[in-house]
Amino acid sequence: MMKWVFGLMLLLSVIFGIITGNAAPLTESALNSCVEAVELFLYLIGGMCMWGGLMRIAEKAGLTRGLAKIFRPLFKLLFPGLDPSSKAYGLICMNVAANVLGLGNAATPIGLNAMHELEIEAKKANLDGTAASRHMIVFIVLNTASITLIPQTAASLRLKHGSLSPFDIFPAVIVTSVIALTAGLLIALVFNAAGKKISAEKERQCDISEVKI
Amino acid sequence: MNYTSYIIPVLIALIIVAGFVKKVDIFNEFIDGAGESLRVGVGILPALIALMTAIGMFKASGALGAITDIIAPAATLIGFPPEALPLALIRPISGSGALATYETILTEVSPDSFAGRVASVMMGASETTFYTVAVYYGATKVTKTRHTIAACLTSDITAFIFSALTVNLLMN
Repeated sequence: MMKWVFGLMLLLSVIFGIITGNAAPLTESALNSCVEAVELFLYLIGGMCMWGGLMRIAEKAGLTRGLAKIFRPLFKLLFPGLDPSSKAYGLICMNVAANVLGLGNAATPIGLNAMHELEIEAKKANLDGTAASRHMIVFIVLNTASITLIPQTAASLRLKHGSLSPFDIFPAVIVTSVIALTAGLLIALVFNAAGKKISAEKERQCDISEVKI
Repeated sequence: MNYTSYIIPVLIALIIVAGFVKKVDIFNEFIDGAGESLRVGVGILPALIALMTAIGMFKASGALGAITDIIAPAATLIGFPPEALPLALIRPISGSGALATYETILTEVSPDSFAGRVASVMMGASETTFYTVAVYYGATKVTKTRHTIAACLTSDITAFIFSALTVNLLMN
């Protein structure tokens, strides 16, 4: 995917730039953008490390575990039929808690473990192993919607570009991410319910045909 | 002074207090966590250089402006600022690409302008969907993702539309 995005952008730029007579700025940007990338990196790395350090303290103080406990009862609605005492359920709660705290590095390995456990759960239920189970889909929606406590990167860059109050986007970010997550979850749960109905009907038809024979 | 100015200092104090209460070796843990973030950052740098170059050249050639001009009327119709459009296009595909695009947008418009704020909310409220889906299913034997992409993209599109709506409603 990225191979195409990267290649096509560069090729289109060169073709479009030469046709429109923008060869000079094109050359300048070809030589300068890499420097800008390093400047951007230097600007962001300080904040990344500062929050990485603070959030490590928070994690060691048990904040992730505490937050995961709060999520436990809520997630029963999202993962109907998944045993709350199962390993998968615990890992899901931990993963989302780590994401909320902005602990991306910690969240991914926990999330991958959770996927593995969900695969085992699907096998137990005799589902097709090559198709995503309904719990996997809901879990991935939880991970692709960003519910982060501190929009740190956005705030750092706003500060860099002279924002008067870089954190004033905070309420808008929270409201937007909660609504976006709800929309994604609704689609996932509705399709899940529909999929379940279809497979139940198929089973019923199979039963009938067996009776006829 | 806006109340959002209190969020960070209070949060830092809470984390330190929690660390002391739970007898965490707060200095060494901070160093460990910061070191890990540094390694992650260094890992991102090559991709950032690649994509800043691609987006920089795309912008300098005038192609970015041309594409934005084409979709701008549709965006304005739903109240979305055209300047923030490129970010909406790359956000689900690439994290480094989104960062590069966001930086480019902020050099064009003020971070406190409508478009600057919408782009910022989008950065904070959405994720690199395709990357996450690829990595998470990569850990399993799943090849049929069923309605995963539909649900995730619904979430992304909702985030884009609501980033403009919430900035309008909550910040003006």
